[in-house]
Amino acid sequence: MSDEEDDLILDELSDEELVLQMHDDLYDGMADEIYEAVNILLKRDWVPYDVLTKALVEGMRIVGIDFRDGILFVPEVLLAAGAMKRGMKILKPLLIESGAPQLGKMVIGTVKGDIHDIGKNLVAMMMEGAGFEVIDLGINNPVEDYIDALKRENADILGMSALLTTTMPYMKIVIDTMIEQGIRDDYIVLVGGAPLNEEFGKAIGSDAYCRDAAVAVETAKEFMARKHNQL
Amino acid sequence: MDLLSKLLAEKDWLMADGATGTNLFNRGLEAGEAPELWNVDQPAKIKALYQDAVDSGSDIFLTNSFGGTAARLKLHNAQDRVRELNKVAAALGREVADKAGRPVVVAGSVGPTGEIFEPLGPLSHAEAVEMFEEQGAALMEGGADVLWLETISAPEEYKAAAEAFANINAPWVGTMSFDTAGRTMMGMTSTSMVEMAQGLDNRPLGFGANCGVGASDLLRTIRGFKAANPEIPIVAKGNAGIPKFVHGHIHYDGTPELMGKYAVMVRNSGAKIIGGCCGTMPEHLVAMRKALEETPMGAAPTDEEITSVLGGFSSKSDGTGDEPAPVRIRRRRK
Repeated sequence: MSDEEDDLILDELSDEELVLQMHDDLYDGMADEIYEAVNILLKRDWVPYDVLTKALVEGMRIVGIDFRDGILFVPEVLLAAGAMKRGMKILKPLLIESGAPQLGKMVIGTVKGDIHDIGKNLVAMMMEGAGFEVIDLGINNPVEDYIDALKRENADILGMSALLTTTMPYMKIVIDTMIEQGIRDDYIVLVGGAPLNEEFGKAIGSDAYCRDAAVAVETAKEFMARKHNQL
Repeated sequence: MDLLSKLLAEKDWLMADGATGTNLFNRGLEAGEAPELWNVDQPAKIKALYQDAVDSGSDIFLTNSFGGTAARLKLHNAQDRVRELNKVAAALGREVADKAGRPVVVAGSVGPTGEIFEPLGPLSHAEAVEMFEEQGAALMEGGADVLWLETISAPEEYKAAAEAFANINAPWVGTMSFDTAGRTMMGMTSTSMVEMAQGLDNRPLGFGANCGVGASDLLRTIRGFKAANPEIPIVAKGNAGIPKFVHGHIHYDGTPELMGKYAVMVRNSGAKIIGGCCGTMPEHLVAMRKALEETPMGAAPTDEEITSVLGGFSSKSDGTGDEPAPVRIRRRRK
């Protein structure tokens, strides 16, 4: 009840309890509480990278699972991502300063001919919420725009989205151009959108088809981990 | 009395139209082009689209104005042409309907703004009402009989449109897209939609579901509506199956025969206005009309009947809470 809520003093929790509380507060989209808890952990000499991964990213992972399973819907996920972003505001400069490993950088946009951006926006928000850096190219992107941005931003991941059955084949053009330029294997290529499926993702030469925003985040993490292991 | 109300009072069921986008692409619309620009640039093709629906037996067809709000037209730098493009969309429809030789309803299509409402996103209620009002007024001015809101996910957006249409005294119909685990993307269930639609000051003439996943899911949604005993007629506009990528081109797996079965099943489940959405071509509509006319009203199909004829559901439950969703226990509950 509300009394209990008022009584909960974050700073009195042990580290372990506080992290669990943060997972819950992310789940409930409580941005002020996340902001406060991030500061408390930092004051307790946690390194920024641990705050990011153990508290925030782990909390968003749980949100992602329940979104995937149809327990949470877009409004709740947006609230959670908003709370995560509040925490990231504190952490981002510290992470850069400390030279902590970056989760990864993604260039994302809907393909040429496609103006439907709700799904893409959702993936961008969830990826940011999970701690990735996202360069959003918006809608209707020709192959040059994708490739320029990948190079300019020194990105790790390319995300392409299409809602229309008429525009999804353009993804293959982008990937084929990357192959021609000899840069295909420098990037993780993820594709998504309502009419796509796994078979299509394979057929055009992407690394993976992602069914929804939560799957996109999990897949990106998995591929980034593999990439780090190769280095 | 508006034409749709009149037809609803006279008939047991009405047939709406099929796909707009799929049909326009087949007529040469380039991907990325705003279909609404064709109202002015290619009026003959738009009239042919409408004519196809009339010739296939539709009692209602939707105008080519789905992306006609300022928010969507802005993506094509055409946000200043809302009135022009919507007015023409409806006027072309009026021309076709008046020559049909039978009453055909011109329904002014209004799609989502594509923006997320405050506080989660940037769109305010007042801005949304203003945009819907601008588009709705232009469609009515062009000669639409009713306005037809479709593919909505957020209850806030549905309510904003209702308010806008009240401001211009336009009769309207409004459907949502149930595509996420039986609910809309924003989490609305079929039952809660009934409550929302009937609770509005400006009640729609009909409410229901369009687009979404496949015909099976849509049928389950219609059954959810019916279970809530709505006082207003139910609309069902399902996709012609599920798009498949076959040898480099896209193909919807719903055959005309299958869409005919869908039409009868959805009518038996309680829908009064029946049409198709993405992938639904004239040949599908012809098959649907024939099946609806030749098949007597029957019992609502069971889950097994639905899945054996139309294919499996995309999620286990329809999210209406017959079986409560698992709740994650939190240390501090909101």
